[in-house]
Amino acid sequence: MLGNSLLLAIREIRRNVLRSFLTILGIVIGVAAVIVMVTLGQGATAQVKTQIESLGSNLLIVRPGQRMGPGMSADAARFTLADVTALRREVPSLAAVAPGTSQSMTAIVGNENWSTTVTGTDNAYLLARNWTLAAGRAFKDGELRAGKAVCIIGATVRKELFGAQNPIDQRVRLKNLSCEIVGLLQDKGQSSMGMDQDDLVLMPIRTVQRRIKGDQDVDVIYLSVRAGRSMDRTIADVERLLRERRHIGPFDEDDFSVRDMREITNMLAGTTTVLTSLLGAVASVSLLVGGIGIMNIMLVSVTERTREIGIRLAIGAREDEVLLQFLVEAVVLSSFGGLLGILLALGTSLLLAGMLGVPFILDGGIIALAFLFSAAVGIVFGWVPARRAARLDPIEALRHE
Amino acid sequence: MHPEATTGAGPAAQRAGTDAEHRAVAAAPGSPLIELRGVTKVYGSGSAAMHALRGIDLTIGAGEMVAVMGPSGSGKSTAMNILGCLDTPSAGSYRFRGLDVDAMSRDQRALLRRHALGFVFQGFNLLARTTALENVELPLIYHRLPAAERRGRARAALAAVGLTGWEQHTPAELSGGQQQRVAIARALVTDPDVVLADEPTGNLDSARSREIMDLLRAMNREHGITVVMITHEPDMAAYAGRIVHFLDGLVACEAAPVADSAAAHAGADTGAPAPGTGRR
Ligand SMILES: Nc1ncnc2c1ncn2[C@@H]1O[C@H](COP(=O)(O)OP(=O)(O)OP(=O)(O)O)[C@@H](O)[C@H]1O
Ligand SMILES: Nc1ncnc2c1ncn2[C@@H]1O[C@H](COP(=O)(O)OP(=O)(O)OP(=O)(O)O)[C@@H](O)[C@H]1O
Ligand SMILES: [Mg+2]
Ligand SMILES: [Mg+2]
Repeated sequence: MLGNSLLLAIREIRRNVLRSFLTILGIVIGVAAVIVMVTLGQGATAQVKTQIESLGSNLLIVRPGQRMGPGMSADAARFTLADVTALRREVPSLAAVAPGTSQSMTAIVGNENWSTTVTGTDNAYLLARNWTLAAGRAFKDGELRAGKAVCIIGATVRKELFGAQNPIDQRVRLKNLSCEIVGLLQDKGQSSMGMDQDDLVLMPIRTVQRRIKGDQDVDVIYLSVRAGRSMDRTIADVERLLRERRHIGPFDEDDFSVRDMREITNMLAGTTTVLTSLLGAVASVSLLVGGIGIMNIMLVSVTERTREIGIRLAIGAREDEVLLQFLVEAVVLSSFGGLLGILLALGTSLLLAGMLGVPFILDGGIIALAFLFSAAVGIVFGWVPARRAARLDPIEALRHE
Repeated sequence: MHPEATTGAGPAAQRAGTDAEHRAVAAAPGSPLIELRGVTKVYGSGSAAMHALRGIDLTIGAGEMVAVMGPSGSGKSTAMNILGCLDTPSAGSYRFRGLDVDAMSRDQRALLRRHALGFVFQGFNLLARTTALENVELPLIYHRLPAAERRGRARAALAAVGLTGWEQHTPAELSGGQQQRVAIARALVTDPDVVLADEPTGNLDSARSREIMDLLRAMNREHGITVVMITHEPDMAAYAGRIVHFLDGLVACEAAPVADSAAAHAGADTGAPAPGTGRR
């Protein structure tokens, strides 16, 4: 019965090639729009990811405790400078290893004061965090070893304390420590997380440990992975070394965490995914419009073919057979439209991806979904006309002119 | 001639379709094939009511060949539509093989039309933009025959009405007479129990008409197919075993055909076989 309906449907479609094509044009465009939107959207997502990775995804941040930020478990032991030295020595895939210990402080110059974060570190920090100097110099080895009162300031600190004046060789007072400014960092601008990256003061770590915090702790270690080295393998190496140094048993959990930038990457990619879904939803409205187009033409077709339906009923077609014939016709039409739409979408997205410089990423799932949806459109919108045809009275239909 | 004419197998053995469909249209034993009792048909209502049939009583036995005559507008086509289960009477009863057709569902009547009836319409009612072969194949599609058999039987039916070589022409490319013969081939291709023909020779010249009448009579005699046909021509009516005259929506009289007329055209000994001489 289905085979027969298919045969009749194809005969009917072949008989009216131009009209059949115009009928399915809506579906073709709808399907194509959905697939193009999703394909380009996914391409854009992938592009954002690669861009973020090229910017700073080779940065690893190691902290004691399992949680990032203020919720750090208090009992986890801090790192020491010996840990930093060990990492430098034993993990060759690291380009830079920088210790960090930070304290919020008020910096005072003359009448100006500004609350900022003082970070004790060394010159590797500049490399690991991708900083360049706008003026002045980095720390000298002697200053680092002896814990001299010297500092490098960020662009925001300079603006707040010195305005447009040159801060190099000036002195800034931090609590009771008078500190000589030896360098000025190039500004980075607002970071995407909403924090001002330029609001910082760098000092040799020993200076901070001895003269500000009064301990030997390293709160955080910044690592930069060498280009071309595996992120995951490096993380594993770092973890293995730190577990060993911190005497963690083979079945115990890490009491420190190694984070990379992938979390941020995923967050941004999530945004583009939402955007993609939104565009896809808008595009599927055009699929709906295409479906209404099919219904319209099928209704016209039923009226036009009333006599034909009468003849079919007169020679013994049952209601369900007429229904099936028209339904199959609608489904064949709409799924053919779906197929054409998929082909059109492939061509268009290839072209647009090339023009917009977005990678072309083909998603088989969305193609299958669009095809199934177009077939479903045929069923849904073919139903009313098909039922109308099947319910016709044979003698009335035969008399229809 | 007709495909089954050469094989000699009966229509019942050849008929396609499922057993369930056959049971739905199975006969009640011992009843006449067709029985109309007090059938009326009124079109419209009130003062505009048009009484096309005013109370028809008609019994047709299996294997009969009946001609229906009468002036234009006397209700012949109306009665034929009721016999063909396409239309329902306003009052009265129609029994087909003892089964009450009026009580049947739409689908049951469709199956009755599919398996037991073949209809030749006054206006042909061929599918436009569809070849002669596809038109004749159409009933067999609903019989769910395999494509090759369907095509073979349709070709044979077209050959039987003298249309070999015209298979791929659409109705628009055929003369009136050719279209009529396609319609006849379509009615015969399913090997029905009853052929209802509304002026089957109305568009044919007399030589062609006699060929068609010979064909119908052969179907009637060799296969026991009951034939009911409307005609305005006494020559054609003479092929029948019985002539029913309609007048103003009533059966005016029933008569046997004029014997010599039928004999002259058919070249047969009696020309008017008694009802029931068919296989059934
Ligand atoms: N659908 C209809 N609505 C109203 N009146 C109708 C309808 N069909 C037929 N009639 C009327 O019923 C009467 C009988 O019509 P019918 O078609 O049965 O005549 P007929 O005997 O077949 O005539 P002809 O030999 O010209 O074909 C006619 O007067 C016709 O006008
Ligand atoms: N459009 C067409 N394409 C192809 N052949 C055609 C077309 N129209 C007519 N013919 C053929 O031309 C021939 C003459 O057709 P026509 O309709 O003139 O016949 P006619 O004399 O009116 O016959 P009838 O008495 O059967 O109506 C027929 O064989 C017919 O098949
Ligand atoms: Mg008539
Ligand atoms: Mg003509």
